[in-house]
Amino acid sequence: MPDFILNPITALGHATPEVDIIGPWTITERADVALASLAVRRGRLGDVQTSAAAVGLPLPAAGASASGALYSAFWMTPEMWMVEAPFASHEDIRAHLLPAFGDAASITEQTDAWVRFDLAGADLPRLLERLSNFDLAKAAAGAATRTVMEHLGCYLIKRTDTLVTVYGPRSSAQSLHHALIVAAQSVL
Amino acid sequence: MSQSNRISGGLIDRSQTLRFHFDGLPYLGHPGDTLASALLANGVRLMGRSFKYHRPRGPISAGSEEPNALVELRSGARQEPNTRATVAELFDGLTAQSQNRWPSLKFDALAINDRFNSFLTAGFYYKTFMWPASFWEKVYEPIIRRAAGLGSLTKLEDPDTYDKGFLHCDILIIGAGPAGLSAALTAGRSGARVILADEDFRMGGRLNAETFELGDQAGSAWADGAVAELSSLPNVRLMTRTTVAGAFDHGIYGAVERVSDHLIEPAPGKPRQTFWRIYSQRAILTGGATERPIAFENNDRPGIMLAGSLRAYANRWGVAVGDKTAIFTNNDDGLRTARDLQSKGVDVVAVIDSREGGELLPGIRHLRGAEVMGSAGRLGLSSITVRHADGKTEVIKATALGVSGGWNPNVNITSHHRSRPIWRDDIAAFVPGSGEIANLSVAGAAAGTLSTHGALVTGDEVARAALASLGLTATAANLPKAEDAPVRITPMWYVKGSNRAWIDSQNDVTVKDIKLAHQENFTSVEHLKRYTTLGMATDQGKTSNVLGLAVMAGLTGKSIPDTGTTVYRPPYTPVALGALGGRGRGQEFKPFRLTPSHKWAQEQGAVFVEVGYWLRTQWLPKAGETTWRDSVDREVLATRKSVGICDVTTLGKIDIQGTDAGAFLDKVYANTFSTLAVGKCRYGLMLREDGMVFDDGTTARMGQNEYVTTTTTANAVTVFRHLEFCRQVLWPDMDVQLISTTEAWAQFSVAGPNARKLLQKVVDQDISDAAFPYMGAGNITVGGLRARLFRISFSGELAYEIAVPTRYGDAMIRKLMEAGAEFDAVVYGTEALGVMRIEKGHVAGNELNGTSTALNMGLGKMVSRKKDSIGMVLSQREGMTRDDGLRLVGVKPVNPAAELKAGSHFLKTGVAAKAENDDGWLTSLVYSPHLGHYIALGYLKDGSNRIGEKMRAVNLLAGTDTEIEIVSPHFIDPEGERLRA
Amino acid sequence: MIIHHPILGPRDAQEFVYLGDASLIGRPDGLTASIEDFHNYTYLRDNPAGAHRELWYHEQGDRSWLVVTRNTVTHEILQVELARDVARAEGRSK
Repeated sequence: MPDFILNPITALGHATPEVDIIGPWTITERADVALASLAVRRGRLGDVQTSAAAVGLPLPAAGASASGALYSAFWMTPEMWMVEAPFASHEDIRAHLLPAFGDAASITEQTDAWVRFDLAGADLPRLLERLSNFDLAKAAAGAATRTVMEHLGCYLIKRTDTLVTVYGPRSSAQSLHHALIVAAQSVL
Repeated sequence: MSQSNRISGGLIDRSQTLRFHFDGLPYLGHPGDTLASALLANGVRLMGRSFKYHRPRGPISAGSEEPNALVELRSGARQEPNTRATVAELFDGLTAQSQNRWPSLKFDALAINDRFNSFLTAGFYYKTFMWPASFWEKVYEPIIRRAAGLGSLTKLEDPDTYDKGFLHCDILIIGAGPAGLSAALTAGRSGARVILADEDFRMGGRLNAETFELGDQAGSAWADGAVAELSSLPNVRLMTRTTVAGAFDHGIYGAVERVSDHLIEPAPGKPRQTFWRIYSQRAILTGGATERPIAFENNDRPGIMLAGSLRAYANRWGVAVGDKTAIFTNNDDGLRTARDLQSKGVDVVAVIDSREGGELLPGIRHLRGAEVMGSAGRLGLSSITVRHADGKTEVIKATALGVSGGWNPNVNITSHHRSRPIWRDDIAAFVPGSGEIANLSVAGAAAGTLSTHGALVTGDEVARAALASLGLTATAANLPKAEDAPVRITPMWYVKGSNRAWIDSQNDVTVKDIKLAHQENFTSVEHLKRYTTLGMATDQGKTSNVLGLAVMAGLTGKSIPDTGTTVYRPPYTPVALGALGGRGRGQEFKPFRLTPSHKWAQEQGAVFVEVGYWLRTQWLPKAGETTWRDSVDREVLATRKSVGICDVTTLGKIDIQGTDAGAFLDKVYANTFSTLAVGKCRYGLMLREDGMVFDDGTTARMGQNEYVTTTTTANAVTVFRHLEFCRQVLWPDMDVQLISTTEAWAQFSVAGPNARKLLQKVVDQDISDAAFPYMGAGNITVGGLRARLFRISFSGELAYEIAVPTRYGDAMIRKLMEAGAEFDAVVYGTEALGVMRIEKGHVAGNELNGTSTALNMGLGKMVSRKKDSIGMVLSQREGMTRDDGLRLVGVKPVNPAAELKAGSHFLKTGVAAKAENDDGWLTSLVYSPHLGHYIALGYLKDGSNRIGEKMRAVNLLAGTDTEIEIVSPHFIDPEGERLRA
Repeated sequence: MIIHHPILGPRDAQEFVYLGDASLIGRPDGLTASIEDFHNYTYLRDNPAGAHRELWYHEQGDRSWLVVTRNTVTHEILQVELARDVARAEGRSK
């Protein structure tokens, strides 16, 4: 067996995540979250709910996200969620989930399909209204939606009034980051 | 220069002085001024030249309806043509130039056009520039463009940025005059989310231009108070300098906010303008009204303007346009102007009132039943000729003339969905028609309620109704007492007997032109517009359309509503293309997608190519290579000789799971996947329902109910969409789940005779041919890291694709290159990839062109007829299954030194190069470094039976006619021995 | 335009991809239908001035295919359904 390890880089191309502070806003790249999609197989919703409850994985309603002790999740499409878990302990997230769900769900690793930016600070709607048509001000905490930002299909999750997560396509991490920075400077 | 025409009062800040230049001369003004008010304060009435006749012109208005006072604002790259001086906010250091004149504004050589006006009447272009047709573009158009024009473009790149944004509200209120402020107060106090937008930099609308009081306050003071209250409400967003330009479907409005136009340049990082997409539940139009002129002979001299604008300059900006001022009116509002000016100490020399009776103004020479017949004064008004009620004429010295022909409600936005305005005789104007725009209501002057009291009341009422429809309750309004004068007007559109009486001063359309249009039977409103150009260009006829219509009505003997009206379209006022483009310019035109090896490739000096949003390595030059071919040839030869590595992450990857996954793939692919063994890959051909090939790629079976399908880079999105359609709509109960994993895995092709040796150094498992045979697929590990391996080949060599989670992709390419050093491994780019796939005879985008069938590609046997799949039935249509149809062939020049040209067509020897002799065409062309000559793929009629035939490749555009030989499309290893090595 | 997604509520039509006539739901079975049947299915469309049932895909949303009944003259949207539900109602469950 070859004796080496491959060193990861972040979506923005560095060894460690980037943090930008612009006016009241902090934009933090997050490389410490593992992701997997979890889709219910035909007629297996009950089994999935039981298994999810057993491992403490919330299955939020349409347009919502929910946090658990270990696993968090947000809704993607009917009977499909994106599951979040700590990367350090759950890098191979699918391997962690498969035993719990067996053949009741289709589970796919999604960790590196996405770049995640956490946007923290007051008055986040003022920043995001330059980028997304989602009505962030009106949305309740926990709202999760797919939205378009500068041509990029992203997931936007309102954790609290002062914390929003944006998941964008990883290959466009630099473009999305640029859009966030430019928008923040524009409305500063 | 002193501000000779500045008088007392006004909403300007006299404690500060702003310096500015117009046509190179320095002037002074104050914050609160527009360029027009400041120039008028400095005694400058002449601000431009007209479009066609180059007549001297000054502003006729004090707002966005302005047709005349168009200037080039700023200089250098920020110069902006056709800026209305009447809305350009004055700032310190402003520079502006007049336009459409040469050599100077006061002496314009093209004013000669005015002398030839009898030739330049309506329809002039149509009649004059007819024959010969060959002259249209080359001779006539340049002449027309040079002579008739507005401002000029600098052709320098705009240094500023523009933003876009999205806003949400319960109620959007368009216009912040008395009606808009009243509506906003009612709506805002109820707690509704309100956006109040106004094009002006100061909210208040006409309240800022009038002297009457609201309650016991000046109108502008009441407006300030209302604005202060509204800005204290967290649910209200006030947007000044914001023009709502268009009404779109379902409550969506477009608006331009001029964020930095009032600054000498935008602050760092700030946009010049922002284009907002506003989502509203309800909208209220309180856009006010626009005064219209009365046409008379030579009514276009600088100094002649709309009476209400003259009043606005005096009241809001403290400017008397002339030292001797006359008023020409057909309604009571003109009298108000006279009173206001007189009370400000302006010398009102006469009020010419076309009406016989009515109120007689005290202390002013009020000539009832009189008309203004004409004007005199070079470059500006010096006198008017008046015909008294008794028919006598008199010349009256005047340097300013205010004209009031009545007020037109600003119905524009209400007709953006084609609703036609309706005529009201009592105010002699069009009001909004019964709305086709759902959830839009209109209040105040825009609805034809022209008094201040009426504006306040209807604004409140309409807001109340909107709130009720949203389930919100309004608190009682506390409306101040305000003027409630009735509209008293006796319509009079133009002074009889006048000819060169301007209707549309921007387009130089006169009463005479409308008469000519009538005489030539262009009487329909739409014909009238196009024949005379009435109402076109930057002002879109805000002051002229109704007047033109009324003149035509008079000529046809029909009523105005029977004559018709034009329908306004977006935008309300001109919108810069930059604002519509937003950030999408240059490098920011679209996002980039970077491959996992991008950073490494950049370090190596790779040349990148855009493939959709992706940037892929096109080739990777080495020292000493001078042309792209040097690099590409080397990459190909090195790969075929030893081993080459290519980042193939861009290919779409779709994870397909579920107990019906195999059956689902059988439906969407022409060939069968349910029979594929776990741990194996198969090439698949996806058809459209019409039987044409849609996409191709390999699919691997990773588990009993788990497949990974790859798509072409170009079709990744459309294939996914199609699969979702099949899954949800065509077979809604199949147990199949889809998700894209394109970006989740960094995937590298490792190809060449030494591919296995190289990979064996980095993977943890045995990948010998026995352990991992051709078309094998499976989960493996790389230094303990989870990875996937597929033994597939696009190049025709022994090849694998290896995938690791994307964050390890950068380390992976470095590791592969390190491990490959002993084999002289190269990285090859998309060009070498293309060369090798053509050498091997694989189809790609050029062959998958949307009009090709599997049979055309020589893959007809792949379409299984034992099962139902998309496109299976229609691919059997007679015309698509003929034996002598197009087939994929290989092509090489008979003379190996000959060059082939892309786009060539295949013809038999000796026939004429005509379409009827066309036997097919060349689809893909490369120089094969391996074979040492050009090779190509193409579609040839009955191609499979013509291998060995000598033909010609003819390219009429390139002027080439090259002898070719038709060969097998598989130039390399036709038996596939290398793949299985 | 605003499309009232049955699950997600009002969403901007810009998030959707338009396919066309909802008659595309009624795909014939390839093992029994004739070329003629498939020709009609693939190419023949009504083009009404008025209510029209159309397929829209929420590509920048939850990836649901929807059947949107829209007045092609006024753009008024009369009904929005999940295409999967419509397909099942039209007997496409296997």
